[in-house]
Amino acid sequence: MDFQVVVLAGGTSKELIPLVSKEVPKALLPVANRPVLSYVLELLEQSNLKDLIVVVEGEDAALRVGGWISSAYVDRLHVEVAAVPEDVGTAGALRAIGHHLTAHDILVVSGDLVCDVPPGAVAAAHRRHDAVVTAMLCSARVSGPSESGSAGGKDKAKKPGRYNIIGLDPTQQFLLFIAAGAEVEKDIRVQKSILRAVGQMEMRADLMDAHLYAFKRSVLQEILDQKETFQSLRQDVLPYLVRSQLRSELSLHGAQSEENGNDKVSSQDNKVTLSQLLTNSSTPSFLELYAVGPNGSALVPSKTHKCCVYIAGKNKFCARLNSIQAFSDINRDVIGDASHLSGYSFSAHNNIIHPSAVLGSKTTVGPQCMLGEGSQMGDKCSVKRSVIGRHCRIGSNVKVVNSVIMNHVSIGDGCSIQGSVICSNVQLQDRVVLKDCQVGAGFVVSAGSEYKGESLARKEKCQSQ
Amino acid sequence: MVQKKAASRVSEDAEEELARAPLQAVLLADSFAQKFRPITLERPKVLLPLVNIPMIDYTLAWLESAGVEEVFVFCCAHSRQVIDYLNNSKWFGQPNFTIKTIESHNSVSAGDALRLIYEQNVIYEDFILISGDTLSNMSLTQALEEHKERRKKNSNAVMTMVIKKSKPSPLTHQSRLGTDELFMAIDPETKQLLYYEDKADHLKGSITLDKMLLADNPSVSLHNDKQDCYIDICSPEVLSLFTDNFDYQHLRRHFVKGLLVDDIMGYKIFTHEIYSSYAARIDNFRSYDTVSKDIIQRWTYPFVPDVQFFGNNAAKLERQGMYRSSGIVQSRSAQIGPFTVIGNGTTIGNNTKISNSVVGEGCNIGSNVAIEGSYIWHNVTIEDGCTIRHAIVCDGVIMKSGAVLEPGVVLSFKVVIGQQFVVPAYSKVSLLQQPTKQDSDEELEYADDSSGIVKIPSITCTSDKLSGKLTSELSETQRWATSEVGAGGVGFIWSVGEGGYEEELRHSVAPIPADKLAEIIQAANDDVEMSAQDGNLLPPSGELQPDSNSIGSEDNIEDMRDDYIYFEKEVEATFLRAVQENITEEHVVLEVNSLRLSYNKTSVDCASALFYSMMKLALETPHSSTSELLGNATNVIGTWQKLLKYYLPSLDEEIEVILKFEEMCLESAKEFSSIFVQVLHLLYDKDILQEDAIHNWATEKEGADESDKVFLKQSEKFIQWLNEASEEED
Repeated sequence: MDFQVVVLAGGTSKELIPLVSKEVPKALLPVANRPVLSYVLELLEQSNLKDLIVVVEGEDAALRVGGWISSAYVDRLHVEVAAVPEDVGTAGALRAIGHHLTAHDILVVSGDLVCDVPPGAVAAAHRRHDAVVTAMLCSARVSGPSESGSAGGKDKAKKPGRYNIIGLDPTQQFLLFIAAGAEVEKDIRVQKSILRAVGQMEMRADLMDAHLYAFKRSVLQEILDQKETFQSLRQDVLPYLVRSQLRSELSLHGAQSEENGNDKVSSQDNKVTLSQLLTNSSTPSFLELYAVGPNGSALVPSKTHKCCVYIAGKNKFCARLNSIQAFSDINRDVIGDASHLSGYSFSAHNNIIHPSAVLGSKTTVGPQCMLGEGSQMGDKCSVKRSVIGRHCRIGSNVKVVNSVIMNHVSIGDGCSIQGSVICSNVQLQDRVVLKDCQVGAGFVVSAGSEYKGESLARKEKCQSQ
Repeated sequence: MVQKKAASRVSEDAEEELARAPLQAVLLADSFAQKFRPITLERPKVLLPLVNIPMIDYTLAWLESAGVEEVFVFCCAHSRQVIDYLNNSKWFGQPNFTIKTIESHNSVSAGDALRLIYEQNVIYEDFILISGDTLSNMSLTQALEEHKERRKKNSNAVMTMVIKKSKPSPLTHQSRLGTDELFMAIDPETKQLLYYEDKADHLKGSITLDKMLLADNPSVSLHNDKQDCYIDICSPEVLSLFTDNFDYQHLRRHFVKGLLVDDIMGYKIFTHEIYSSYAARIDNFRSYDTVSKDIIQRWTYPFVPDVQFFGNNAAKLERQGMYRSSGIVQSRSAQIGPFTVIGNGTTIGNNTKISNSVVGEGCNIGSNVAIEGSYIWHNVTIEDGCTIRHAIVCDGVIMKSGAVLEPGVVLSFKVVIGQQFVVPAYSKVSLLQQPTKQDSDEELEYADDSSGIVKIPSITCTSDKLSGKLTSELSETQRWATSEVGAGGVGFIWSVGEGGYEEELRHSVAPIPADKLAEIIQAANDDVEMSAQDGNLLPPSGELQPDSNSIGSEDNIEDMRDDYIYFEKEVEATFLRAVQENITEEHVVLEVNSLRLSYNKTSVDCASALFYSMMKLALETPHSSTSELLGNATNVIGTWQKLLKYYLPSLDEEIEVILKFEEMCLESAKEFSSIFVQVLHLLYDKDILQEDAIHNWATEKEGADESDKVFLKQSEKFIQWLNEASEEED
């Protein structure tokens, strides 16, 4: 396959403070005790996409990510790690590594994607339509703890999160409109010209842009070169391509546009039949009809390009680790509902307890839990729907519910941890009560303190005490 | 248990009652539009023949077949003609199908009509609202059921609109019926109508959907490929809604949009899409052409010429879609092409070619005539060698030999076209003169309609007596009409309507000519280029900026300034009038207050405007020296000090007055600049300005530029004096 894959692994994302730090860039945040980046890499490996460029923001982070990749995937993948300056945006990152891109098509994946949709299917859809861009869409997930969670009643009324407003053609193959970010909350303005060409457009608020795109390389680089202000793929490049699809300014077929009108018509006709065969549709797509013009005679050979979508099935799992909430959700889901993603084999109790882990007497580890290598737990502890990392030392009478505990954490006796994230090397002294908190790496929580909905990190130590 | 039984019985009863109540329909025998002028000056649109049968018969036949039992025919324009026609038709006296006519002479819109029907109190169940120019063969059962089902769940579902797939041409932005393109947003699940935009502004490149739309629905379908069939299933509430909102005129533009925008009452409109059946409304000449062809090509079955669906003579269907009535006298050499209807008693001469046309009853067509794509109504005489392409020729027209009708021509009743005369394309010829445009209320879109309707009774008379009068008038008319429609011709050529040539082109029976199409394509291209540029100008963030926001703020400020100038002028005029007419202060206060409210101003604005007017009055009173000017000012302020004081409730306003005075001295009334201090003193003496106000003004000015301090320096002494005076008092 003539596809090159670019994984945008980001740097130390601001949304994820205090979980991320200089030592742990976003790409290395653990999801079920594996760096989140490994999910993308393995997904790509499954689709036999082994030639990867991983782009990391910041030299330090790049070194760390590169080190991890080379240790974990040394003989499995051919990975090149490229460092780009921070805050260049996704488009900027691609611009920076432009000279590495040589293949006909580029698959751009966000490094924080945890999903089980084969990227090969997206690539195939892209090729089938000869599109300039194909975006993967998946159903927007309900954020927050799932219904089975402790706070079940409260979340009943919760609507699925709205990430994007997306306009599709009736066949659900073409992307006609996309609004992202703050635009989602504004009035929707739809171009009439596109609506005219397609006749019917379906506006959907229940789909999410998964940040997995297939681009035609020539087009992508042309846009990146021409539009120097474009910073983000999602907010600039994709909307631009979608908006201009009926009056393309791209030189798609460099040689072809040089030819005279008649040749062009015939070539377009060929294209129509070809893609008809490929898409198995009885009628040519609206874009082809539009390009050919009314009455089949190309009075105005309009230039168009295709923006396609691949919509993942509802039963597929797809999430992005782009917020603290998402971090907790994904951790819970990967050892819970979407356990096939974790790559572990579950015990009869539907949990994973590493053989080297030590449990005290009367300690229970419920289903959908994970206990990492070499962790120890005292007596009468209870763990529910939580992930506990490697080499943690947990005292007696500790309750851990709906939480993520990373590596080398020590927890004193009688602690209660609910809905929290505790980073590596944290020390919780006796009888600490945490509810919906995030504790940054290396933080020490003094005995008997209680926190609710707070973010504790080493820097703020002096302020909070 | 018992209760439940009772309840179920009640509901059964209700259902039975529902079943027993006859299905009612309201048929508007007036389109409240003028697209069929000049023909409709003499005959109502619903009585115009469509493939040789009056339009209203198609509508009534469909209503009957669809199970409607009671039809209220609302007649307005030419109401007599409609009522007479119905009285003489077989529609009266049908079992299970009653027609009642409602006559009105002063309704100018569908809204008025429905309000009148509401007053008559005849509708008590869900009813079909349809206009008398609508053709359909759809079954209402399913749509009615859906409507009733929704009504049971939610009584706010007041209307179900019938829609049909029809993609408008991307070039001309009109449907094949000649109507404007229509943008709709429909909930794909519930089929609720969420957005409706017809008469779209082509220049606006995007449609804006309210953000709340998608907040409530996970998905919304946007349509540009649907056509509104103008068949509505309405609940009785619709009538009362029209009564409540007396400004609703148009069914779509006002009523539908009004309901969609209004979210207080929560009324909802739903759509019902038909797929295989036919429904179309004849809105203009182009749809007349399209629908006629659909009838000939049997899309409207059973309402086709060879089926006797009411008292018409069934024609015989022959090969190639030709319908021929009995009693046609046709020369052997005449060629009658495909998709043509020839009415009873028509004679056709040698070597005449007719194709894709409809010829009515009792026509007399000579030799070597070519008729293509045209509609010849009844009793038309076409002499030898005429050529007619894509035209409508009404009853009783005489075309002298060799006359030519170019595409898009409409000849109204009894027009005579002179020999060899070529009627230019898209012209409309009538015996009646084009009504001169009346100076009517331009705001209402119906204004010109109303002018038409007001005139109609008189026109009805004329047309009724036309035949009698015609002979007497003929000589007179002929004398100067000859120049218009050729030698021996009778009729006036109407000038192109308000819509202009473009509109004529879009709505005429003739297809849009190729060169015009090329022009449109060119324009479309330019448009695309323009919007492409527009695309380039878009902010890099990829967000589409709302049109107004960027410049809105400047505009607003500009507006406000303008506003203030107008306000000031008005106040000045009021004040001058008060001075001249010796109006008391209280009355002036009242007037200024009303001005203040209407311009949305504050009392500060009033004070400064009043003060400005006073000083201006003083300035305009003749004076020879500054001392006299001061005297004038003293007089004016002395007389009107109470008025001024009324608007100076606090220090802020007083400071504002000083600032205003300063501004005047600098700009509009420089004469005062030399006596600034004296006037200030005067104002102080008259208790208009308080000491504190002057102090505050002085401190406020302290930090200003040197140039701004001119008057402060002048008044230094005065302020000092003030200080001393107050100290003395202490």
